[in-house]
Amino acid sequence: MTTRREPAGLARSAPVFAALGDAMRLKLVARLSEGGPQSIVRLTRGTPLTRQAITKHLHVLAAAGLVRGTRRGRESRWRVEPQRLDVAYRFLDLISKRWDVALRRLQKLVEE
Amino acid sequence: MQTTTTDRIEKKILLHAPRSRVWRALTDSKEFGAWFQSVFADPFRPGTRVTGRITHPGYEHLTMEMVIEKMEPERLFSFRWHPYAVDPNVDYSKEPTTLVEFTLEEMKDGTLLRVVESGFEGIPIARRAEAMKMNDGGWAQQMTNIEDYIRRNP
Repeated sequence: MTTRREPAGLARSAPVFAALGDAMRLKLVARLSEGGPQSIVRLTRGTPLTRQAITKHLHVLAAAGLVRGTRRGRESRWRVEPQRLDVAYRFLDLISKRWDVALRRLQKLVEE
Repeated sequence: MQTTTTDRIEKKILLHAPRSRVWRALTDSKEFGAWFQSVFADPFRPGTRVTGRITHPGYEHLTMEMVIEKMEPERLFSFRWHPYAVDPNVDYSKEPTTLVEFTLEEMKDGTLLRVVESGFEGIPIARRAEAMKMNDGGWAQQMTNIEDYIRRNP
């Protein structure tokens, strides 16, 4: 099983945001990026969800280009697509905005 | 005001205040806490680990830890910390830190403050993704709102 390739650019961002805006899906991305490629059976372990529910979440993530499933024999193994994740840039953007807010408070303090 | 790569953030801001005033606001732990929204019990000294209680609304259950590195009077102040360590159930101590450096430069009409935070590449990608999820006012929430809106208004 492979996921479709989407054109680069802004248009691809919305599904990424929506896909990560769910605690379970974010957890799946976290588990895949920390534990490496793994099967649905392993991903389901330790969650209150059924295999079917996990599969559904994985397909939402795959549609956003965040993960990719590859069939190996009778089961699919799932992995993150870090280059598509763009997490690095978005994380920096978040930290950057926090600095902006903090520095504005600093400015107010020293210029008073 | 900023330059960004995937490993570092750089900010520059011109503060209309003397260098001595800016230095105090950065390195006096009480003053630092005032604008950084944390309360520190101990003073900042090179080589020491300081803990602050966060006072930012919604984050009051959290503490922040910094290891002070350099304090070169009115020139350089630096520390290491765990960026966006906002989950009380996570032990961040084993994870790599980022380095925050404040550099002060005297200008005609004030002090040019440069802030560089570097080392983000060392932070696990999953942790970075979680940070964004936890950023209540951030894009994750915004996108959920948009998703809800679209669902209600097809």
